Amino acid sequence: MNMIQAINSAMDVMMARDADVVVMGEDVGYFGGVFRATAGLQKKFGKTRVFDTPITECGIIGVAVGMGAYGLRPVPEIQFADYIYPALDQLVSEAARLRYRSAGEFTAPITVRSPFGGGIFGGQTHSQSPEGIFTHVSGIKTVIPATPYDAKGLLIAAIEDNDPVLFFEPKRIYNGPFDGQWDGPAKSWAGHKAAQVPEGYYRIPLGKASIVREGGDVTILAYGTMVHVALAVVEAAGVDAEVIDLRTLVPLDIETIEASVKKTGRCMIVHEATRTAGFGAELSALVQERCFHHLEAPIERVTGFDTPYPHSLEWAYFPGPVRIGMALKKIMKD
Amino acid sequence: MTGDTHANRPKLTLHVPEPKFRPGDKADFSDVEVPPAGAARRPEHGDAAASFHELAYGMVRVLDDAGRAVGPWAPRLSPDRLRQMLRYMVTLRAFDERMFRAQRQGKTSFYMKATGEEAVAVAATMALQRDDMTFPSYRQQGILIARDWSLVDMMNQIYSNRGDRLQGKQLPIMYSTKEGAFFSISGNLATQYPQAVGWAMASAAKGDSRIAAVWCGEGSTAEGDFHSACTFASVYRAPVILNVVNNQWAISSFSGFAGAEATTFAARAVGYGIAGLRIDGNDALAVYAATEWAAERARTNQGPTLIEHFTYRAEGHSTSDDPSQYRSADEASEWPLGDPVRRLRDHLIAIGEWDDERHKAQDLEIAEMVKKAQKEAEANGILGHGLHQPLDTLFEGVFEEMPWHLREQQAQMLAEEAESGRPWARKEGGR
Repeated sequence: MNMIQAINSAMDVMMARDADVVVMGEDVGYFGGVFRATAGLQKKFGKTRVFDTPITECGIIGVAVGMGAYGLRPVPEIQFADYIYPALDQLVSEAARLRYRSAGEFTAPITVRSPFGGGIFGGQTHSQSPEGIFTHVSGIKTVIPATPYDAKGLLIAAIEDNDPVLFFEPKRIYNGPFDGQWDGPAKSWAGHKAAQVPEGYYRIPLGKASIVREGGDVTILAYGTMVHVALAVVEAAGVDAEVIDLRTLVPLDIETIEASVKKTGRCMIVHEATRTAGFGAELSALVQERCFHHLEAPIERVTGFDTPYPHSLEWAYFPGPVRIGMALKKIMKD
Repeated sequence: MTGDTHANRPKLTLHVPEPKFRPGDKADFSDVEVPPAGAARRPEHGDAAASFHELAYGMVRVLDDAGRAVGPWAPRLSPDRLRQMLRYMVTLRAFDERMFRAQRQGKTSFYMKATGEEAVAVAATMALQRDDMTFPSYRQQGILIARDWSLVDMMNQIYSNRGDRLQGKQLPIMYSTKEGAFFSISGNLATQYPQAVGWAMASAAKGDSRIAAVWCGEGSTAEGDFHSACTFASVYRAPVILNVVNNQWAISSFSGFAGAEATTFAARAVGYGIAGLRIDGNDALAVYAATEWAAERARTNQGPTLIEHFTYRAEGHSTSDDPSQYRSADEASEWPLGDPVRRLRDHLIAIGEWDDERHKAQDLEIAEMVKKAQKEAEANGILGHGLHQPLDTLFEGVFEEMPWHLREQQAQMLAEEAESGRPWARKEGGR
């Protein structure tokens, strides 16, 4: 399966297992989603469980919170993460706080799916990575898969979770992994180990990172598309790096990160999102606090620049192989 | 830009609404249109939204100046039900008085009264089923009272004391009770609107028979959530009653800043394809009848109704507000729709089911009952007495299970507390 099919399969499995799971969003019903993630679901489960919505993100999330309060388990889709902002109030002030403010009487067991990230010539409003806005909010979990296998297992776990989960899907790798060589041929998931996705139910627990490459010289923390770009750079440079796919940003798998950095003595953080106050800053602070005496070099952050996501200048903006390679050289020299 | 390059065109002017009366002015509401009681027609439950024009711009009224219930909207309630309605409204007013005073005495940090709006929540709740879900704003404490919810429990929340089910986490009056079918109140305005629609959609999708009702003030209708909610409610014909409490004021801003100079709030419904009723919100029987009608429309799958309750916020916005700074002092007494409690009392007297003596006796009895509840609640502590909940509850309920970073912060807080030696720390029940 590619990542789209894996995500579709996760919803299919959960809708069949739990009559309270409903899927909603712009174009998700009859049409099956602009990325085909919900294809076939309405036909199989009916219009009251998979339905198109008006174009109002604040309404989509607000309605989902109300459905959650009733006892359903809604899986709303925000068509692009760039368009999640109208729903910010419902996510930050409502979904995230409902359990806390009602001392557990009302909850928001919703899973908000949203394609995110760049590398597709999406320009300013089809490329953003807003995860840092949400990792700052107490009460929300943030999950970002990097492979089809993980996408399905994590999405099932997110839907089953009784807390609100933001599930950001890196659209650059919906159809195949991406090594950062933007002018090279597009790859598909076919033949990739993580494209072998079981048809049925399985789950990957939230809050657990995955070590995708073991190594002893430097720890690279990444998620989403950047896992694949970083891996390719490491292989090409012949550096014995340990590459960790965080998979869940909140709650974070601090144990895996800490053990790895204490082993390697070096830490590099890679994300597409803009740099200042991005999630990399939190990762850097945590590593510094917990691994200070093990660090042999300053922590490196390789990120998008602090600008809106550009269109024609995309590959100068994107934290690709050159930027990662330079940072890798620097951190290994220290 | 100056106007020089367009010297031959008329100059534009920006209209900024201004209320008719400011402090020092004599309030005169003679231009507020108050149609006679009994005059508004009562439509069929399945009528199309487009046919509600006159009801959305007019005003449904039942109680006339002589205290009689007249016209097709008169709900024909038994004297016992009417007396019960009056009792709830009087209880709400007494509760408000008591808690307002408690705030002034420093026993709690904050309070908001519903004075003059008692009919809106109480009569509407009595027209709903006990398990219909309500999504209130902060001025519908009357819902809880009309559902016989414990006054002590409400006060415990106001005092954030050891009896507070919300563990002192919420600002006073932001009640929440699932058992009372009363959704957790949020400080963020109008967010409950799409949530109520979602709840109603879920009920419909599950083939349930329960409906939802939601309230917001006229000021909050300007929020985007209001628009989203109306759109969703209309598109999916959600079984929901959308109440807009037009009490003329959003803190210091008169209703003109929410658009009232150009239209009514009920009229907005028609544009969404929702049945819109504008009613006399100080007429408990009109509130009851309109809610009963809307509930029937929702329960029979004929869609949502928006009810504008035309009323007046008789007192300050909250204990932090002084209305004498922005409006005429005699507005409340000049308000043409009068006082909802007095009007219902007069009706009961007019039909020979009540008298002044019984009313006075009830006032005393209820004042005593509220006072007793207050004593009971204060035995659980008041806000000024420090910590009433175990300190580590601060971290509970952020997530279903506490993740490592919260466990670490909890341990840090407990260490700080041990270090500080503060007298209230972790002592059950404060001092």
